[in-house]
Amino acid sequence: MSETHAAPAPTPARLAEQARAKAPLDVTGAQSLVLALEALEVDTVFGIPGGAILPAYDPLLDSVKVRHILVRHEQGAGHAAEGYAAATGKVGVCMATSGPGATNLVTALADAHMDSVPIVAITGQVASASIGTDAFQEADIRGITMPITKHNYLVTNPADIPRVLAEAFHIAATGRPGPVLVDISKDALQSRTSFAWPPRIDLPGYHPVTRPHAKQIREASKLIAAAERPVLYVGGGVIRADASEELRQFVELTRIPVVTTLMARGALPDSHELHLGMPGMHGSVAAVTALQKSDLLITLGARFDDRVTGQLSSFATGAKVIHADIDPAEISKNRHADVPIVGSCKDVLIDLIASVDADIDAGRAGDYSAWRARTAGWKRDFPLGWTEGEGDTLAPQYVLERLSAIAGPEAVYVAGVGQHQMWAAQFVEYERPRAWLNSGGLGTMGYAVPAAMGAQVGEPDRTVWAIDGDGCFQMTNQELATCVINNIPIKVAVINNSSLGMVRQWQSLFYDKRYSNTDLHTSADGQRIPDFVKLADAYGCVGLRCERPEDVDETIRQAMEITDRPVVVDFVVHRDAMVWPMVAAGVSNDLIQVAKDTAPQWDREESEAIPQSEDADHSDAEPIEEN
Amino acid sequence: MSQHTLSVLVENKPGVLARIAGLFSRRGFNIHSLAVGETEHEEISRITVVVDVEDLPLEQVTKQLNKLVEVLKVVELDAASAVQRQVMLIKVRADAATRSQVLELVQLFRAKVVDVATESVTIEATGHAEKLTAFLGVLEPYGVRELVQSGIVAIGRGPRSITDRALRGA
Repeated sequence: MSETHAAPAPTPARLAEQARAKAPLDVTGAQSLVLALEALEVDTVFGIPGGAILPAYDPLLDSVKVRHILVRHEQGAGHAAEGYAAATGKVGVCMATSGPGATNLVTALADAHMDSVPIVAITGQVASASIGTDAFQEADIRGITMPITKHNYLVTNPADIPRVLAEAFHIAATGRPGPVLVDISKDALQSRTSFAWPPRIDLPGYHPVTRPHAKQIREASKLIAAAERPVLYVGGGVIRADASEELRQFVELTRIPVVTTLMARGALPDSHELHLGMPGMHGSVAAVTALQKSDLLITLGARFDDRVTGQLSSFATGAKVIHADIDPAEISKNRHADVPIVGSCKDVLIDLIASVDADIDAGRAGDYSAWRARTAGWKRDFPLGWTEGEGDTLAPQYVLERLSAIAGPEAVYVAGVGQHQMWAAQFVEYERPRAWLNSGGLGTMGYAVPAAMGAQVGEPDRTVWAIDGDGCFQMTNQELATCVINNIPIKVAVINNSSLGMVRQWQSLFYDKRYSNTDLHTSADGQRIPDFVKLADAYGCVGLRCERPEDVDETIRQAMEITDRPVVVDFVVHRDAMVWPMVAAGVSNDLIQVAKDTAPQWDREESEAIPQSEDADHSDAEPIEEN
Repeated sequence: MSQHTLSVLVENKPGVLARIAGLFSRRGFNIHSLAVGETEHEEISRITVVVDVEDLPLEQVTKQLNKLVEVLKVVELDAASAVQRQVMLIKVRADAATRSQVLELVQLFRAKVVDVATESVTIEATGHAEKLTAFLGVLEPYGVRELVQSGIVAIGRGPRSITDRALRGA
């Protein structure tokens, strides 16, 4: 090296200042990456360093704007970025090295892809000269993640870094949100380049449509005015589009009953009188039945998922469909849309409000009062409930109900996947959007703890409760270490039934109670492997245990008072509790059961309207896809 | 199953073909024919893909193609309003006794001989898929030793250009 009197490396903040002056800076690719993150106003990155990404971690150490949180497993970084994004609406960022670091992100990327979560993953790649040689820690992460990202990049030229980062954030956050992966070769991070901001974004094939077509809005208004039994079928798109306020206005204007899917819990307050609950496999009788008997589904940011429709051919057979979604590929994918509307839920609702309002002024208001009365009747007659276990055992549903009452609507609730997730969706009252985070599409066990960590970082002033199962918790609880060290005081309610509970429920119902490989030994028969209280203690968290109904409130209150450390509460619940209502997989939603072999008891008029097979034997149904 | 010909205009970048092939393969659709090349604009490539698929899944796959960030435009070309061509190179057994018969067939089908050896001739044939199939049928009795065929390329009839419109849309 001829340059013997090199000045000390300027800090990223200093470089950013210069960058704002528009003069291109002479930097390394790694500095360019950190400058780009700062320019994109990234405040948090979840990640783990390693060989190929190492150059990026050096300037990251100097950044005063970007906080890097060192996680214990890259999957945790991915879910944390998801939790951050889902709680705040901002783009979440995670970082990993090449090979195994990158492949450990795959589950979280697939999860974000299914649930439309805006995250950007930055991975190191081996040096460009070694790509394709099976070099140490080499994996073709771009190829691997093609079907599970919205878009991805391989960067080998450092000059591309600012543009690619700007494009990645733009793609992640706009249109239907989703994950974008940026894979950067080690030599691109190490070599010299120039940094200028803002870069020119060059995406000739990317033009998401957000404003709906006026003609489609008018067509939709006509159907709404003519309908007798309309239902608003509200999906996660309403949350992603921040359209809750517009939804509330539309509901007030039209007085049309609403169902909110698993991804949309909180889009309309649960306390709203026209809210019928969650539809689907474990939906409320009112929500499931209202969809089945509707003559018009006003579908907003939902995608007719099989867990909502049940057997597609018998789903809401008498209903016309208005389907509004920002993703044209969702419209008429599973169910034909009579009126397709491409646009963001917010813009669609704004235009629908204006259009329906004009119809009402012109005397073309729909009259749904009889329908409202019927739906209200179902809601009154078939509330969610549960049966107590034997003796003094604890019912999991009761834990969730009390948690909701004590932690309140301002808290954030983050669930794993399985029975506890369904109970959390059913028994926690959601009054605002972004209060409920879960893995809906992919059904990723292990989502809760790291996603709660990300949500807590994004929402430091809120109480964040991870609601986890004993199975899920053991998949990602290593992030408790991250939480303790970085002062991220999440609370974890482990709904401990000593089982892979949802699978066990299916074994109870469809496999003759043959419990193959679902016993986890975390509380039943006096075994505690591991002991979650001791485990919490080992991580430096507070560990609490609750085994009796009379202790639930006090335990939750105790947990709420601890704000300087994470808390893990081991709620030991009885293991035979099941999630009800339930529509078995692959059968019609008309066959909803409120308990084992128990159809809802309709009054005469309703039972004529809905054919209920007296001896609906669900063991005939082919069980597909378990959680 | 019906056969559909899609013209897909894409950014001329590495990895685009893999993305497109992935959309078909994950849905279990067999790609019948595939041809890729630059267009009159070097930054745009054109992929002609012929696929056996029903109408409804085709609509879904077309929408999914349109969602790919690097895809600029997707057009389905129907047989009536498009010209379709394919190239075939055929090595046929042809000795002194049969060579003249083979050459006669080459003339009849307006094909070309591009290489001659003592025991064989290599023929270049261009045309619509049906013509090439017929040609292959009459060569079969002489003994086809080796066959290679390009993917089908197709272009709409008339003065309009889908690339121009794609560029304007960008």
